[in-house]
Amino acid sequence: MSPVGENIPKILTIRGKSPEMQENALNNSDTILAKMPPLISVEELRVHYLSDKRSLKAVDGISFSLHEGKTLGLVGESGCGKSTTGKAVLQLEQPTGGKILFRGTDLALMSSKELFAFRRESQMIFQDPYASLNPRMTAGDIIAEPLDIHRLEKGSQRTTRIHELLQLVGLSPHLASRFPHEFSGGQRQRIGIARALAVRPRFIVCDEPISALDVSVQAQIINLLKSLQEEMGIAYLFITHDLRVVKYLSTEIAVMYLGHIVESAPTEELYKNPAHPYTQALLAAIPLPDPVQERKRNRIVLKDEVPSPYAPPPGCVFCTRCPFAQPICQTERPVMRQIASAHYAACHFA
Amino acid sequence: MSNLLEVEDLHICFSVLGQEVHALRGINFTLRKGEILGIAGESGCGKSVAAKAIMRLLPAHSSSVSQGKIFYNGQNLLKLSEAEMRSVRGKEIAMIFQDPMTSLNPTKTIGAQVMEGYCLHRPEIKKQEAKHYAIELLRQVGIPQPEERFLAYPHLFSGGMRQRAMIALAIASEPKILLADEPTTALDVTIQAQILDLLRKIAQENGTSIILITHDLSVIANMCDRVAIMYAGKIVEEAPVDVLFKTPRHPYTQGLLHSIPRLDTPRDHPLVPIEGRPPNLTKTFSGCAFCPRCSSALRICTANDPPYISCDTEHHVACWREHPQNPHNQG
Repeated sequence: MSPVGENIPKILTIRGKSPEMQENALNNSDTILAKMPPLISVEELRVHYLSDKRSLKAVDGISFSLHEGKTLGLVGESGCGKSTTGKAVLQLEQPTGGKILFRGTDLALMSSKELFAFRRESQMIFQDPYASLNPRMTAGDIIAEPLDIHRLEKGSQRTTRIHELLQLVGLSPHLASRFPHEFSGGQRQRIGIARALAVRPRFIVCDEPISALDVSVQAQIINLLKSLQEEMGIAYLFITHDLRVVKYLSTEIAVMYLGHIVESAPTEELYKNPAHPYTQALLAAIPLPDPVQERKRNRIVLKDEVPSPYAPPPGCVFCTRCPFAQPICQTERPVMRQIASAHYAACHFA
Repeated sequence: MSNLLEVEDLHICFSVLGQEVHALRGINFTLRKGEILGIAGESGCGKSVAAKAIMRLLPAHSSSVSQGKIFYNGQNLLKLSEAEMRSVRGKEIAMIFQDPMTSLNPTKTIGAQVMEGYCLHRPEIKKQEAKHYAIELLRQVGIPQPEERFLAYPHLFSGGMRQRAMIALAIASEPKILLADEPTTALDVTIQAQILDLLRKIAQENGTSIILITHDLSVIANMCDRVAIMYAGKIVEEAPVDVLFKTPRHPYTQGLLHSIPRLDTPRDHPLVPIEGRPPNLTKTFSGCAFCPRCSSALRICTANDPPYISCDTEHHVACWREHPQNPHNQG
């Protein structure tokens, strides 16, 4: 297709023909990847805000890593700190503690020139396609703005690139001269995706990219994001509250609650053996599109609501709503413990 | 079961910037006593318009009911005077709105708002009694410390709490019908589960009939007895919930069910989206509104609007493919 797909390490684009081949190829790539340094690694990230002279701990010491071409799903309810995490990783929000390493280099120690180069490799897709496109720019100019900023393609090459990007996201090139108000929500989200892809990033933060779209259009965007990743090996940090979508898109999932990651595991493992009571409750709260299964299912309805982030519980952050809480949970904060290979949970009883 | 509410051939037009928008193009449905009816569809399909038409809450200056009847208790709601309607609205039929952030009055306490409607329909009641009742209601919908919360203003409430307060407002007069328009869309999953539980409890304990309007088919599967699927101002399929999810007949319903990732969808299995987008309702079109997006459209689909075809006594679908004389329709 386009030259976008060049320079991708071989291991990232393997798609075997038979299921076994694919399995083997993926397993091999996993072992190779494990030896490679992660693309992004976050260590003990903290983002605290000072408002009303009180400290709001939006993100309070989380760690994760993301490898080339993989998707990490960051799941949680509103206010858990998932969007703040996404912004901090892109340096759109200043962390108050911890480290963010991009290919092993600490972002905080980068020179402004290095940071500029980092921004070219990392992009963002926003939640609201109605608010994230400048209404006074044409679709073409919106898509090419990152190219202008990074002084990449100019003149006729710029036009070619715009057309190429529009095609890549499934829009017709002649739409380049249209303004955002002439597009539907799904089409606008495609423009937002084309803009993110313009500079050939290796890493994209997708912040609830489909939650503002209609059901029948959501599937179009999910399929697009998935096929783009398969073609170009871009790594996604996929932020969402929707556990159905994230299961479908992610290779690994981290569940956040009140500024902490309470559980992280490879996708299949997390859905099969959720260890943290919060993850279990989240999974139980997803309504299934099947009335027969719905009736059979064991429903866990959590009591109360998420406590204020100004005054999180001193022990386990989830203890106020946990159906299994014990005295120790109220006083001692559980640390992330390994439960199975690559499966971690922060619970005293997991 | 007897029918509590009957909507017959309802057409509603809006005039927007000099253009006619045909938001409802003839919908028919009935609500039976004690059942939960789901109305599902994408944004702009007219599901909220239908609810507001039942409540007679559509703006009179820009909307018009060009045709149709809405029967409640044998009387046509569309023929009632505004004064007569006021004794039905809120008392017999109450509504829960989607956005709990904007649909409560920010300048009045929660308690005053719960009492307002209740006192309006029962002028004989004493204020102290109404207050006790309101506090009891707040307790019933799961608001902690209702005595204190009674005096609080909406901005002090979280989204879930506001939605609970909205539900308290709606059930204050013990309505026979509750119209819930996307009651959980603005809420988090764990809070959504709480609110759905509460609605289910109200339906069971008070025998209230509920019309649940949502774009989320999973919520329907979880809650409803019967479902109506809407597309571009029409009901395209109607069936008991088990039947609809097991054997959807309309291509749009099938498309909707295939385009949601389920928890059991394998990751290498691509989702099947419905290509294209819903039609522009300012234009009149001939034929089935869905046919430009339909992968199995017949020639007649572009020419004539499909009639309502009954697959069995409870399952109705508006699709030419299901026509008994369609040679491809073997069963």
